[in-house]
Amino acid sequence: MEEIQDTQGALWEVFIQSKKGLPFKHVGSVHAFDKEMAVQNARDLYTRRGEGKGMWVVPASSIVAVDPSDDQSFFEPADDKVYRHPTFYELPDGIKNM
Amino acid sequence: MDKSDLFKFCLRLGDSCLIMAHRQSEMCSNGPFLEEDIAQTNLGLDLLGQAEALLIYAAKLEGKGRTSDDLVYKRPERDFYNFMLTEQPNTDFAFAVVRQYIMALYLDKVYETLSNVDDETLSGIALKALKEISYHKSHLGMWVTRLGDGTEESHERVQTAFNELWMFVGELYEEDELDLKMQHAGFAVSGDEMKSHLFSEISSCLTKATLSIPESVYMTTGSKKGIHTEYLGYLLTEMQYLQRAYPDANW
Repeated sequence: MEEIQDTQGALWEVFIQSKKGLPFKHVGSVHAFDKEMAVQNARDLYTRRGEGKGMWVVPASSIVAVDPSDDQSFFEPADDKVYRHPTFYELPDGIKNM
Repeated sequence: MDKSDLFKFCLRLGDSCLIMAHRQSEMCSNGPFLEEDIAQTNLGLDLLGQAEALLIYAAKLEGKGRTSDDLVYKRPERDFYNFMLTEQPNTDFAFAVVRQYIMALYLDKVYETLSNVDDETLSGIALKALKEISYHKSHLGMWVTRLGDGTEESHERVQTAFNELWMFVGELYEEDELDLKMQHAGFAVSGDEMKSHLFSEISSCLTKATLSIPESVYMTTGSKKGIHTEYLGYLLTEMQYLQRAYPDANW
């Protein structure tokens, strides 16, 4: 079967770091034909309001996602094991971003 | 520096930014695809911000009680001093890209010079605008290369845009009495310096884009005296419609 040609280019996922040292967060996606255009389009869509200091753009096709049908084996075994969270410690003063 | 000279200088630059901003606003919903549509509109918003800052300052320098809105909405065509290049229509995407690309190269040099002048308002405006224009330059330069080195049709369209718009480039480095005064005060570079800046940037971009520099043509002139191509009248008719129909209408 002939593949349908998307005329808007490939899909890229955009990640923004709001401050140096913080993790990059997924903010959305853009269409583009190559890396250069992807970065520029992402800038025009996602960083015009002071959202960030850093940005990653990743081809959506390079992202490996968990198949939703694997939900049970991947995630559910953790549901009844709250003790795996380090929530029983007191954080010392002066620790930020947690 | 004579205040009325500085007023005229800011008015010229502000008018060019304003008219480009309007042309770019017309690209809204007419981009080739969604992301670029937004990018084109954003370029217009940057230019509108620069126009506003320059025209507010111009109105203040003039000192006759006119506001920046008065300057924008209540002047007739012959009292506008934007370059003719800036009013040229969005014939197709290539025309919009080429017009804005050449103007971005021009503004880059203008703001670079102004960022060092002994006038806090102007150097402030220029420093802020410089960051915006440097993005315009790279985004639009990317499109010139992409279209030139793209398909047969995109190559031909962008070459046509350069050929058709070329006659308006001469105004960007032409000098009148006011320009010479501004150059003397360090507010502007010489026409020769501007010309060699524009030509060297454009020729290296065009080489990369597999395009040719247009043959030398007659360079038109007149906008510094308020003379324009037919397109400005139509643009102003639309831009000024509301204030003409309902004078002093407010939000």
